[in-house]
Amino acid sequence: MSVETMSIFSPELASRLDELVERYPMKRSALIPMLLYAQDEIGYLSDAVIEEVAQRIGITALDVRNVATYYSMLRFKPAGRFNVQVCTNISCMLRGAYEVFDHLQEKLGIGHKGVTADGTFSLEEVECIGACCWAPAMQVNYDFHDELTNEKVDAVLADCKAKAQEGVR
Amino acid sequence: MPRLVSHPDEVKIVTSRFGKGAAKIDTYIELGGYAAARKALEQGPDWIINEMKASGLRGRGGAGFPTGLKWSFVPKVSAKPKYVLVNGDESEPGTCKDHLIFLHDPHAVIEGTIIAGLAIGAKTGFIYLRGEYRYLIEIVERAVADAYAKGFLGKGIFGGDRETGTEFQVIVQTGAGAYEVGEESALMESLEGKRGVPRIKPPFPAVVGLYGGPTVINNAETIATVPHVLAMGGAAYAAVGSERNGGTRLFGLSGHIARPGVYELPMGYSLRKMIYEVGGGVRGGRALKAVVPGGSSTPVLLPEEIDIGMDFDQVGKAGSMLGSGGVVVIDDQTCMVEFALRTISFYQHESCGWCIPCREGTDWLKKSLTRFHAGFGTMKDIDNIQYLAENMMGRTFCPLGDAAAMPTLGFVKKFRREFEEHLNGKPCAFARHVELAVV
Repeated sequence: MSVETMSIFSPELASRLDELVERYPMKRSALIPMLLYAQDEIGYLSDAVIEEVAQRIGITALDVRNVATYYSMLRFKPAGRFNVQVCTNISCMLRGAYEVFDHLQEKLGIGHKGVTADGTFSLEEVECIGACCWAPAMQVNYDFHDELTNEKVDAVLADCKAKAQEGVR
Repeated sequence: MPRLVSHPDEVKIVTSRFGKGAAKIDTYIELGGYAAARKALEQGPDWIINEMKASGLRGRGGAGFPTGLKWSFVPKVSAKPKYVLVNGDESEPGTCKDHLIFLHDPHAVIEGTIIAGLAIGAKTGFIYLRGEYRYLIEIVERAVADAYAKGFLGKGIFGGDRETGTEFQVIVQTGAGAYEVGEESALMESLEGKRGVPRIKPPFPAVVGLYGGPTVINNAETIATVPHVLAMGGAAYAAVGSERNGGTRLFGLSGHIARPGVYELPMGYSLRKMIYEVGGGVRGGRALKAVVPGGSSTPVLLPEEIDIGMDFDQVGKAGSMLGSGGVVVIDDQTCMVEFALRTISFYQHESCGWCIPCREGTDWLKKSLTRFHAGFGTMKDIDNIQYLAENMMGRTFCPLGDAAAMPTLGFVKKFRREFEEHLNGKPCAFARHVELAVV
């Protein structure tokens, strides 16, 4: 049976992955983008995701796991719907990143790699995200928020909560 | 949206299109875009490489290798396809210049990639961006699609015949979180769908690179500079900078600086002026304690060491490195032990584990510094930290081991007294976070 008919992904993602596999001189060059895009849709790299990606490329699931565990953005259990990633590396640290991180821990009631009980938020302390000149900075999923203050952080959280209630991603 | 800054001393070459909507292809063309690639196509590879050599442009990723010379190492004839690989995995703490290039001027990166391809005879270029830069990846992908639609990419580029003309394709690739992938051989491994561990050299990528073919790997800033070099002429570009250091550089001022931001300044520009005039001095009028001149892997400089020109040779002579151009300013209220600990924690987290001196060395340095900062260090620890770092130097496949050891040595040597003050159970004078969260 073909991968397409068995796919656990949406038709849009499945066709995007079809295109990715054919893009490179070597099929497995598509592996890392495929895993990341699959994670964006499913939320994490479940056994089923790993199995299907392995099949599409024609390598073993073990091989996929071996590669996936290397990359810090790839995860093997669900994060919150809004994954808050605070950079605490030097440039951000000097401008109050730990104060921002403490504030978020208090507001969300979770620590590093924690997920709120309702699954809305997760929190992570991350390494440099390339926003050093606009520090302190964080990413919520893929969105950058820079020159942070506690008030700015509160506004971002409120915005996420409103989106969660409306049911938009 | 990251804030753009400006200062009268800037020489805007690479940043000349920032804030002008040049991510749109028509605007880019109106502002002179793609003229350099057309000219390169007419003039041919020898002309391109000669202009690049004359420009004195040196790799902006940190190593400072002359770009023209690098391109000239690629064999003219190759049984395997040749490739251009653009390194946009920008991850060195203190560095965010490529972020702005991808945001404001993605076509400069594409045009530079085409020119590099013409110079070495490659038909394919890859632009690899770190995974965290998703919104920038989307901007670059859009730009690539527009360049295909205009016929600047694909078969018979710039009005050439589809059968007999020059072919060039660009593929945008996402990473998924890994500092180590910024190292060129690890970058190729990652692009081949593998763990980002470095390869042993030789062979160098110019001979055996991506998919076994000859490959030129350049930093995104270097590549974005290339069209400007050809447009203004190599000699004119070289004249902007200092001796053996052509042109300008995007310096990222961050940390305790009054006006942080990315500034484009001529190579050789005074570090003192950069901090006190361009950046407006130390935030809140505080005293300067230290400067990290080129990203977190470069050894720290003291306030009495900042009367130097910011180019590869002068910073090297001062015992540090120009690195990625990320200048991190540190004020007198900062605990240097904590700063050293945060620096090494990063390298411990990012070590790929392939080479033992780096994997074990960064781990022990982090453990020692954590204990030290918490007030449980001994005098012997200071010597041990230095000994450990010295023995990591030059003993790994890739420069990550050195990148962790070099700044550590700088902190211990230049701030030994501050380390000693942490002894005998004394709490840190500047303590905010004695227990750093586990990264």
